[in-house]
Amino acid sequence: MASTQELIHEFIVANFPGDGTDPTPEMDLLEAGIIDSIGVLTLVTWLEETFGFVVDDEDVLPENLGSIAGIAAYAERKLDGAGTAA
Amino acid sequence: MNRYEHHLSLAAARRPDHPAIVQAGARTSYAQFDAAASRFADGLVEHAAFANGERCVVFLDNRVETAVAIFGTLRAGGVFSVINPTTKTDKLAFVLNNCEASVLVTQASLAAVAFAAAARAPSVRKVVVVDGLPGDAPAAAVPWDAFNAVAAPGCAAARPAGIDIDLAMLVYTSGSTGNPKGVMMTHKNIEHAASSITTYLESNEDDVVLSVLPLSFDYGLYQLLMCVKMGATLVLEKSFAFPQKVLPLLAAEKVTGFPLVPTMAALIVQIRNFDPAWAQSVRYITNTAAALPPAHIFKLQELFPNAKVYSMYGMTESKRCTWLPPEQLARRPDSVGIAIPGTEVWVADDEGRPVPPGTIGELVVRGGHVMQGYWRNEEATAKTLRPGRYPWEKVLHTGDLFRMDEEGFLYFVGRKDDILKTRGEKVSPKEVENVLYALPGVREAALVGVPDPVMGHALKAIVVRDGDAPDARAILAHCRAHLEEFMVPRTVEFRDSLPKTSTGKIRRSVLQAEAEGRALPEEDEAPA
Repeated sequence: MASTQELIHEFIVANFPGDGTDPTPEMDLLEAGIIDSIGVLTLVTWLEETFGFVVDDEDVLPENLGSIAGIAAYAERKLDGAGTAA
Repeated sequence: MNRYEHHLSLAAARRPDHPAIVQAGARTSYAQFDAAASRFADGLVEHAAFANGERCVVFLDNRVETAVAIFGTLRAGGVFSVINPTTKTDKLAFVLNNCEASVLVTQASLAAVAFAAAARAPSVRKVVVVDGLPGDAPAAAVPWDAFNAVAAPGCAAARPAGIDIDLAMLVYTSGSTGNPKGVMMTHKNIEHAASSITTYLESNEDDVVLSVLPLSFDYGLYQLLMCVKMGATLVLEKSFAFPQKVLPLLAAEKVTGFPLVPTMAALIVQIRNFDPAWAQSVRYITNTAAALPPAHIFKLQELFPNAKVYSMYGMTESKRCTWLPPEQLARRPDSVGIAIPGTEVWVADDEGRPVPPGTIGELVVRGGHVMQGYWRNEEATAKTLRPGRYPWEKVLHTGDLFRMDEEGFLYFVGRKDDILKTRGEKVSPKEVENVLYALPGVREAALVGVPDPVMGHALKAIVVRDGDAPDARAILAHCRAHLEEFMVPRTVEFRDSLPKTSTGKIRRSVLQAEAEGRALPEEDEAPA
């Protein structure tokens, strides 16, 4: 089964191809012009649908959603800590 | 009677230590900004042999260097043009050649596009690069710091820069024909627009304005120009992608002015954990580019209880045309108001004469804010600027349809041509369709705007293919590679055929009406 990070990488590449360069896990997706404000909304909706947790408003921050590695770590935290406060 | 850059000198003399720009936590004082602009002007003269009236294209993110390049260019007697950092090579090369730019300013992260475009623009003598030179830089490239270091400081100030009727800037705007047009604004034009707007906003030197709007967009650019005129502070951010990161700055920097476009307002009103502390210092909010839905206006007023909300309308060709005095908002939330101070507007018939209240016509604008024309495009200029009241006067035909109520308040009805507005930006369907047609397998293409509460129009490409390829993903990837972010369609729909006129021209208006759920228009397009 694909890891969380692989799933996220696949989603980003499929939906935000940018100029065609393959985003590295640490790449700043915003700085690289891969996602914009509408892209962030798309990403939030996909995370909620795919992983079944709610992305709280206060979690929509570059440290959580700004890079593939960051998104994966955030998703893992949410999945591990289901039920604990964000 | 002064050129616009004198406002920077005045502010630096009056309040040298006051923050001019706050960006990514760093504060640049008026004294620092003023000195940096002078250094850049000297660099233009010494390293680029920059002559009065030459063009400097600024291809940078929202950052301090952008502001420095703008005012430095003016100080060297030149003309600046700020280009959106998401612009791709073809369009940047078009702009560089169209305005015959002598100097291009960019940053390391945009250097690949900048160098490729500059290689196709023989007029470009220097490419100034912020954040260091990449390895593959061409001979014309100079690092920012080296460019700003000169042997003869003050060489730009030692020669006459010009007067207020000189051209100050070119603002490139999408046209229905596809290629962008450079709107020509003199120092006097900018002064007129900035004076008018700061009058109704009651701007003052204690204002702190938070702007996430690109400096390439005249609405974003004027936040800088007006702050400098007042000696106020501009908090400059690159994007609104993470509202939770931007909104706390309102409180941290005690922001008084917050310019929005409808997409931002739509994001703000959806936030569930909006902290009332963020809104306390905000005394005004402005909106332009497209109308805010009344529900969003009322929600904004609730979230920002101390703020006046200004609904405005404008176009690059005159910067701003109308404003709705905030006290009218509850009574006519769908009106964009009256002419801005010191200007006149009216709803006109086909001959340019005023029509009675309630009648739909084209909005016509007169005043010192009206552009001088489109750079080296006399045909487009003649269509937009028409003879006015006096032999020397030209008035602006906006191409936008309006009606006026009995009390003189204006309402936007629609565009005469078919420009779409998405996320506050103007998109020419033709420009996107041209890119779609460049992809093998695309036989016919039309771009429509689907009404969307967040984006205004969400762009949809309707495509007829020769076979089963390209698929939607390939089409979108192709668009992303050749168009600015905001022009890339959100969705693709495939059809077997598109509606056409008797002469075979695609009837985009039919598809657009369909997308909006309107009745289909009659054969309304002139034969091609």
